[in-house]
Amino acid sequence: MAVDVAPAHRARTAAVAQRTRRSTRRSVAAAHRGDAPLAWLLVAPALLGFLVFAAYPTLRGIYLSFTDFRVLGDAHWIGGANFARMMDDEVFWNSLRVTIYYVLLSAGGVIVLGLVTAVVLHRLTASTTIRSLVIIPFLVSNIVAGVIWTWMLDSQLGIANELFQAVGIPRIQFFTDPQWAVPSLAAVTIWKGLGYTTILLFVGLQALPHQVYEAARLDGASEVQMFFRITIPMLRPVLAMVVILTIINCFQIFDLVQVTTKGGPENSTNVLQNYIYSKAFGQFDFGYASALSLGLFLIMLVITFVQMRISRINESDSEGVA
Amino acid sequence: MTTADVSVRRRRAGLGRIAGWTYLGFVLLVTVFPFYWILRTALSNNKALATDPSSLLPVGFTVQAFRRVLGLASLAEAQAQGGNVAGFDIGIYMRNSIIYAVTSTVLVVLFSTLAAYAFSRLEWPGRNLVFSVLIVALMVPGIMTLLPNFVLVKNLGLVNTFAGLILPGAFFSAFNIFFLRQFFLGISREVEEAAIIDGAGRLRVMFRVIMPMAQGPIVTLLILGFIGAWNDYFWPLLVSTSGDEVRPLTLALAVFRQSAPGTATDWAGLMAAALIAALPMFLIFMVFGRRIVNSIGFSGVR
Repeated sequence: MAVDVAPAHRARTAAVAQRTRRSTRRSVAAAHRGDAPLAWLLVAPALLGFLVFAAYPTLRGIYLSFTDFRVLGDAHWIGGANFARMMDDEVFWNSLRVTIYYVLLSAGGVIVLGLVTAVVLHRLTASTTIRSLVIIPFLVSNIVAGVIWTWMLDSQLGIANELFQAVGIPRIQFFTDPQWAVPSLAAVTIWKGLGYTTILLFVGLQALPHQVYEAARLDGASEVQMFFRITIPMLRPVLAMVVILTIINCFQIFDLVQVTTKGGPENSTNVLQNYIYSKAFGQFDFGYASALSLGLFLIMLVITFVQMRISRINESDSEGVA
Repeated sequence: MTTADVSVRRRRAGLGRIAGWTYLGFVLLVTVFPFYWILRTALSNNKALATDPSSLLPVGFTVQAFRRVLGLASLAEAQAQGGNVAGFDIGIYMRNSIIYAVTSTVLVVLFSTLAAYAFSRLEWPGRNLVFSVLIVALMVPGIMTLLPNFVLVKNLGLVNTFAGLILPGAFFSAFNIFFLRQFFLGISREVEEAAIIDGAGRLRVMFRVIMPMAQGPIVTLLILGFIGAWNDYFWPLLVSTSGDEVRPLTLALAVFRQSAPGTATDWAGLMAAALIAALPMFLIFMVFGRRIVNSIGFSGVR
């Protein structure tokens, strides 16, 4: 320990320090006293944007979903008629099924492959170059991705079918066969989203303490055991966030569909956003389109809520064990 | 532990490494190959493409597709190449995309920074209430606000104007405010207090002390925002309904894609256009690559 300083001297120093601190606090508090007008001034643009382009439209969207609004003319209140109509709307139910099928394929693929890629990266190399290469598809728009892949998956001239033919697999009508259209969309989504998810998970992995792995290896644990017993449980908070983000993003698929299939063939890729768009801007049925978007919003809220619930239960589980 | 044990484990690890690298190699190939393929196609003669669809090199090498897309080729030349891009004026779309992406990103980051500063470093009644209200907006999906916003913009007579394109996203981003507030909260009080004791006013502290310290996060948001706006499609599709005056590249590319019916698709031209549309992203990536990768990780984990 340090050499003992005379107690009297120490007390004096402390007193001086305290006095200085108090006067500092006083002048800082004085500086804060005039904050309110400035604060409102600084917040004003964001608040204005929020009120005009976020809060008001959300409330108006909810209101419109109870009307028969058709852009031209006024909105008339028709109560829950739009929602009753939704219940009987076969195309809506089809859209919901297609959307869920697409979300399961694409989000599932992105998360599983992203996790595998992140773990492999984490165990093999910390190369920024590889991480940068994986992220490149994230930079291009869904439109460019759609244009690239409609060409590569073209039924006649696409390189994918040329490869298939070379190894004896029959040609696939990727975007024009109702069976294949959604899996093809999901494949493009996975291609585009894999890098982003990989990096999120990679950063999460880097935050895990490596001593745990060393201890496990000394105990003779295999890579596979370490993956399921250590990596997955410890990564759970990051994983939960990635799952929510990915699912919510996949639910909002629109531009990729617009540039590849436009909802066809035979409604097989008519995802909810596409259906809402066609109702609003194909048939100018804004009231019904608003009701559909409210439905989509509620579905996403429920998913977020359930997912948060599940991840919280898991957290308390692991706390109980530890 | 015997030497046999160790060598067995090492061999297993060796096999694992080979499998891991093989997997990574495959992922990288699938990730990067499409970009080579659009270049190869863009440098091909559109009419000759069908003769050798699996050739790794351009078929009938030519830069005509780029000339077509850039509006440098005559109609006769375009037709001889099997191109149908009459009127695709990429210069205008590029200009529109730049105006849209730069203006909306710079404005929203500026206003978010000001708000985040007020939420983190100033003390005022109502601060927490207003902040929680703004954060609720993170939960609302785009589609909920898109249709009513379109009606609003239409009623204001701003359809097919840059104002209509830019305004709805230029003032407010819940994510930006949240992200910057987190960073500002992390800056130690002492730095600010020292400046105040030296007699600096609040605005001076904000611009001279806090903002320079926040350069990193602010650039991160500018980059992510620019990428987002550059690639945006849905809102421009609603607002830029007719003509080329404000139509950005994404929308023009989709229209180009759809204007080419079935078998007659001008693939070489389309690929050249896609490549040019993605070019600014690649340039940004070359300059800020590491920063983008880091900021994605940062934005996720928070």
